Amino acid sequence: MDSLSERLKQAEIDEYNQLIKKIEPKPPVIKNCIWAFIVGGLICVFGQLIINFLMSNGWNQTDAGSGASVILIFLAALFTGLGLYDELGKYAGAGSIVPITGFANAIVASAMEFKREGYIFGVGARIFSVAGPTLVFGFTIAVFIGLLNILFTK
Amino acid sequence: MSKKQGRQTIVFASPPLISSWASLVGPKEGEGPWGEDFDQVLHDYLYDEQTWEKAESKMLKEAVKQAISKRYYQPSEIELLISGDLLNQIVSANYAARELSIPFLGMYGACSTMAESMLTAAMAVDGGFFSCVVAAVSSHHYTAERQFRTPTEQGVQKSATSQWTATAAGAVLLEAVPGGNPRITSATIGQVIDMGQSDAANMGSAMAPAAVKTIKAHFDDLNRSPDYYDLIVTGDLGKVGMALAQELFIREGLLPQPNYSDCGVLLYNDRQDVNSGGSGCGSSAAMLCGPILKKMSEGRINRLLLVATGALMSPTTSFQGETIPSIAHAVALENI
Repeated sequence: MDSLSERLKQAEIDEYNQLIKKIEPKPPVIKNCIWAFIVGGLICVFGQLIINFLMSNGWNQTDAGSGASVILIFLAALFTGLGLYDELGKYAGAGSIVPITGFANAIVASAMEFKREGYIFGVGARIFSVAGPTLVFGFTIAVFIGLLNILFTK
Repeated sequence: MSKKQGRQTIVFASPPLISSWASLVGPKEGEGPWGEDFDQVLHDYLYDEQTWEKAESKMLKEAVKQAISKRYYQPSEIELLISGDLLNQIVSANYAARELSIPFLGMYGACSTMAESMLTAAMAVDGGFFSCVVAAVSSHHYTAERQFRTPTEQGVQKSATSQWTATAAGAVLLEAVPGGNPRITSATIGQVIDMGQSDAANMGSAMAPAAVKTIKAHFDDLNRSPDYYDLIVTGDLGKVGMALAQELFIREGLLPQPNYSDCGVLLYNDRQDVNSGGSGCGSSAAMLCGPILKKMSEGRINRLLLVATGALMSPTTSFQGETIPSIAHAVALENI
């Protein structure tokens, strides 16, 4: 008896899911991809221009790369603070989330959001509420790759 | 004699009068199609406060104050305040009640709280326990966004099914007095319905079955046909949920097709970038305490069924993989 009513319920849910699929608007995938490509691409081109500029001023490749990252992070933080980055993100989607600027945006947005709960329980405790997983798994993978490097080189 | 009719519906013996009402909305709602119909449109989301939470609580408090001052009452003359909101521990309502010093019952029905509060208030009045009760709710875009979703300045892309939590507060004053309109004549208490939806960015789909089920129960319990009402409005199904509800009406055999709309769809215009539409307690509260009750007092709507809908999940249960249980309560308002 129980399994019959469960199956009936499941059939009802399946039927409803079909209806939702028919009715809900399709995400504008192509438009989103074009936006993401253009914005993400422009952010990267801008980064490259910074690297070229720094290298033409005598920085080496590694330092210029780090310098470009720092400048991009600063600018993303600034535009988040000015309330502009989320407007860009609305259109650009992955294009503004995936580059390093998106990471800066996630941290600064959290810090701004929780400032009203104070610097310790607000900003301090919750600044990585969005970026935290990236850090945890980024560090974990880094350690793992490092171990592989030790094991398999030499 | 029992005032309950059928399984879920109550019919009031002496229908309480909605003697006054008030609505406060945020800037975005003020720019929408009904800007003129609200009592107050805020210029910014902080309302001269330090935090959004304080601003929301103040909006709720001011809505109550404005509603009762239209009848020249002092807060001390109001016997009961029934109120709720979307935040954890319904803080907006609690803190507003702290300032108002009116005996207080807190309500939580997510976005269905307006109907839940109104039907409870109507029972308190019709039951003869109180003669002067305020029902009020609020929601605020930024307090809800930070509690349920992501930090407000984070650049995320919203899906087309997502909804915009309305910044709005609404209050109605119910009185047991003879004469005058509109009155709350009946109400249907909804069941919690879960149709296995788990996408918190598509709450219209989760709530539509609950709304339709409550509407269907209302008509079955009262032996009414859907054309009894001039207008049936759901609280915040949005465009997606509204389209689903219209399909479900047909499947449930609700004929003739009711004259139906949704507060979340009505509250904003198409250029306002709200995707599927408005949501939150304030969505139904603002539409009711703004344009709809105004039209009822002008006699342009004489029979209204307000069906406020609520998605009863929390971020915690969502992360744990739970589906979204939903509820809808119906309140019938009539010019007798």
